[in-house]
Amino acid sequence: MVLIMKDVVKEIKTIARDVNDSIMKKKSPQLDMPIRSLQNVVYDPKKGYFEMQEKTKVRTLTASTVKTFAQTLLMMNESKKLVETDDIATKREVYYISKNWGDAMFHEQSESDTVMDDFEALMRVNREQIGFIPEEKGGDVAGELVVIDKDDTGKELRIDCTKFGSGAYSVPTSVEHLKFQTKAKFILAIETAGMFQRLVKHNYWKTANCILISMGGVPTRACRRFIRRLADDIKIPVYVFTDGDPYGYFSIYRTLKVGSGNAAHINEFFCVPQAKFLGVTPQDIVDYKLPTHPLKDVDIKKIRDVIKNDPFCKYSKEWQKALEQMAKMGRRAEQQALAAWGLNYVITKYLPDKLANQKTFLP
Amino acid sequence: MPDAQATLTEPVPKKIIANELAKSQKDIGVAEFFSRNRHLLGFDNKRKSLMTTIKEAVDNALDACEEASVLPEIHVEIIDMTNERFRVIVEDNGPGIVKKQLGKIFGKLLYGSKFHKLQMNRGQQGIGISACVLYAQLTTGRPAKITSKIDKSEPANYVELTLDTKTNNPIIIKEYVVEWNKEHGTKIELDLEGSYQKGVQSIDQYLKQTAIVNPHVTIIYTNPKAEQIIFPRATEVMPKKAEPIKQHPYGVELGILIEMLQRTEYRTLQQFLIQEFSRVGNNTAKDICENARLLPQTKPDDMTREMAEKLMEGIKKTKIISPPSDCIEPIGEELLEKGMRKEINAEFYCATARPASVYRGFPFIVEAALAYGGDQPAEEPVTLLRFANRVPLLFQQGACAATKSIISTAWKSYGLQQSSGSVPIGPCSVLVHIASVWVPFTSESKEAIAHYPEIIKEIKLALQECGRKLGSYISKKKRVGDELKKRGYIEKYIPHVSEALKELLQLKDEEKAKLEVELKELLEKTRGKLEDVEFDPTKNEEFDENFAVNNKKKKSKNAEDGEETADNQEDDLD
Repeated sequence: MVLIMKDVVKEIKTIARDVNDSIMKKKSPQLDMPIRSLQNVVYDPKKGYFEMQEKTKVRTLTASTVKTFAQTLLMMNESKKLVETDDIATKREVYYISKNWGDAMFHEQSESDTVMDDFEALMRVNREQIGFIPEEKGGDVAGELVVIDKDDTGKELRIDCTKFGSGAYSVPTSVEHLKFQTKAKFILAIETAGMFQRLVKHNYWKTANCILISMGGVPTRACRRFIRRLADDIKIPVYVFTDGDPYGYFSIYRTLKVGSGNAAHINEFFCVPQAKFLGVTPQDIVDYKLPTHPLKDVDIKKIRDVIKNDPFCKYSKEWQKALEQMAKMGRRAEQQALAAWGLNYVITKYLPDKLANQKTFLP
Repeated sequence: MPDAQATLTEPVPKKIIANELAKSQKDIGVAEFFSRNRHLLGFDNKRKSLMTTIKEAVDNALDACEEASVLPEIHVEIIDMTNERFRVIVEDNGPGIVKKQLGKIFGKLLYGSKFHKLQMNRGQQGIGISACVLYAQLTTGRPAKITSKIDKSEPANYVELTLDTKTNNPIIIKEYVVEWNKEHGTKIELDLEGSYQKGVQSIDQYLKQTAIVNPHVTIIYTNPKAEQIIFPRATEVMPKKAEPIKQHPYGVELGILIEMLQRTEYRTLQQFLIQEFSRVGNNTAKDICENARLLPQTKPDDMTREMAEKLMEGIKKTKIISPPSDCIEPIGEELLEKGMRKEINAEFYCATARPASVYRGFPFIVEAALAYGGDQPAEEPVTLLRFANRVPLLFQQGACAATKSIISTAWKSYGLQQSSGSVPIGPCSVLVHIASVWVPFTSESKEAIAHYPEIIKEIKLALQECGRKLGSYISKKKRVGDELKKRGYIEKYIPHVSEALKELLQLKDEEKAKLEVELKELLEKTRGKLEDVEFDPTKNEEFDENFAVNNKKKKSKNAEDGEETADNQEDDLD
């Protein structure tokens, strides 16, 4: 996946050259970028991720697009400078850099993020490769794992994830250079920081001999890539533990497993096809008699939308059944609802039960 | 009322109660009634009383001039006599009034020439001016002073009079001949209690609006601050004289019909119908009789109440063509628009006149006009100008059929904001004029038009017609605005495109310059020519700043951008 620096600069120059040439030939220049949505991906179970299709949108330079066009070119120029000097800029920093662009400056970060996403898709690379990094951190890790990183002199650093006490190891924004050592049997990726805290506090990683990772909602690219590399490297299964609601299923779990529509050009590297869904499944809500809340309108809308449009759901009969079951119940349950049976019920009963009976998992 | 309760509680055996009560039951004088219920005539408070007095006097003056085919020149003067007392002097150059009639016209309620004929006039009931005399007399105790001259060969008559509230008859206090250096005309002078204010619903506003819809009138107005304002006439052409018409059968009511049957000089029912009504010929008369199951030869004198009722039924069942509408003289689209131009400095004007229509057998015509943009405030409800038979209606806006029609018209599709059930918001003034031989007002003070469905429908149609013109102007303006914005874009962002490319490709300065030239050509190639579209507030030559000086609206010097339209605008606006 790694386009080396020279290639990135070359590609940027090629695009700029094309624009320049067509202007000099009195033709309207065009930028051709893939459509970033679920409509433009397919799910191939053999490959295990959402693969981008050929649908592209053409941005032609006209009077109405001239502003965005100028911004895209200016951002390309910033990216080129970053890559050439081996520097990076956060998305927020890029937004502030634009303040030097006079009339072409961005007024909201969301504007600059959109132009950045388009540029990234145009280049068909990961944004870190064009010098831009997100602010968000990658997730927290605790458990039987040694991460081998490098310090600024290039010397090897061994980080023992058992030695963070009640804290945790933070996944860095770039994970390509990391190496791993572990004897753990599986990885448990958890939606909420609260549940992660409980499991760390009671040393669940030791009891179950596993690695705990807190995703904090929809996993960031770094988090997804970290889990993927870890799972590939040491060849252990990945189990995902989220709230029992459509958001947990198809925003968090699905993105982790097969990628997203928005950044489809990089899904190949930012997915975890070996991930399996541990809970909370709709059936768990019934089996464990969990306290529930009614589904919100957005939940019901999401279920309908997923069944109709999500390529992964369309492929998976089990997921279709699970979503229909949830729609029929009209209820959802949070991870922490297990606390209704005692604070440590999740450790003593729920997780051991589920792990012992993997037929209750969802694919 | 008599003290009936007290009588009832004490039983008085031998007396019959009704007889006792009868002692205190007597005639109520018309004048007495009105002196108690003066709000019905528009004298609810001091401010409105002064206003109503001016209005009635001016309306009468204009009607008189027009009836005599004289181009009206009206002097209005209000003198502040302190202590909330004002002297009102209104003088016209009309035909004058013969000496014998002076007393009754000014000193008797419900006396006039207009009530009995169906003719498009400002006044209708013959209450107006005598009510003003009565009000003046009630508040200051002073008589009305009237001077009138009917021809240069005759002397002018001067009269001072009051009104006897018990008998509704004039009491002449002084009467003599005076010198008056004028060919003909009438002058009335009244002292009354009132209060003077500028702004909305003011006398200034009323006179200005009168001038807008009566472009053939000159008004010379001196307000209580002794400032003189002249509204000069804009045309020498008199409006065509409105002809009186006969009652249309559909508009008649049973009681009136019975009275007409008794009064008529015609011998047969058929003749009665043909002669007394409009649009009834031989065949129609026969049809009515047949539908009423009455013989055409029946003598009108012999008709009973039951027969009259049958006749009403017969009229209802018979198809009768609408009354003639040439008896109504609308202002006309051109003059309406001219009037609006004078009053409001806007970007866009339009006016529309509906064909004549009928309610209850009375023909009427609705006209509407609007002025959009320019100096008008954008975030306030539109200004409504209502007129009936060329008279401005300033009060009771909410109760008026014109207001209801504006509210129930969907302005959003014409480019104005509007929340349901309210007047639209926008930099716009809307004028509605209804002309009829009989305008249905909601009260005697003639402030609001009654809600007849036929009238509301016509007003709405007129407004919709104006609205459509407005809508296409607004969307055109928006297109031009968008286009300008895009052209601005091109100028603004081309340097950024070239600068980025220069850095990315290490272009030389001359290469960059060449790139910019090409880019500009490339982007403007598809745009087409665009006319100069700046809004120029001095462009409206008919706009009279002095005339509009009383306008309540604040003037913003920087009027909205963009007016005018570019016609061969092309549509490559993505």
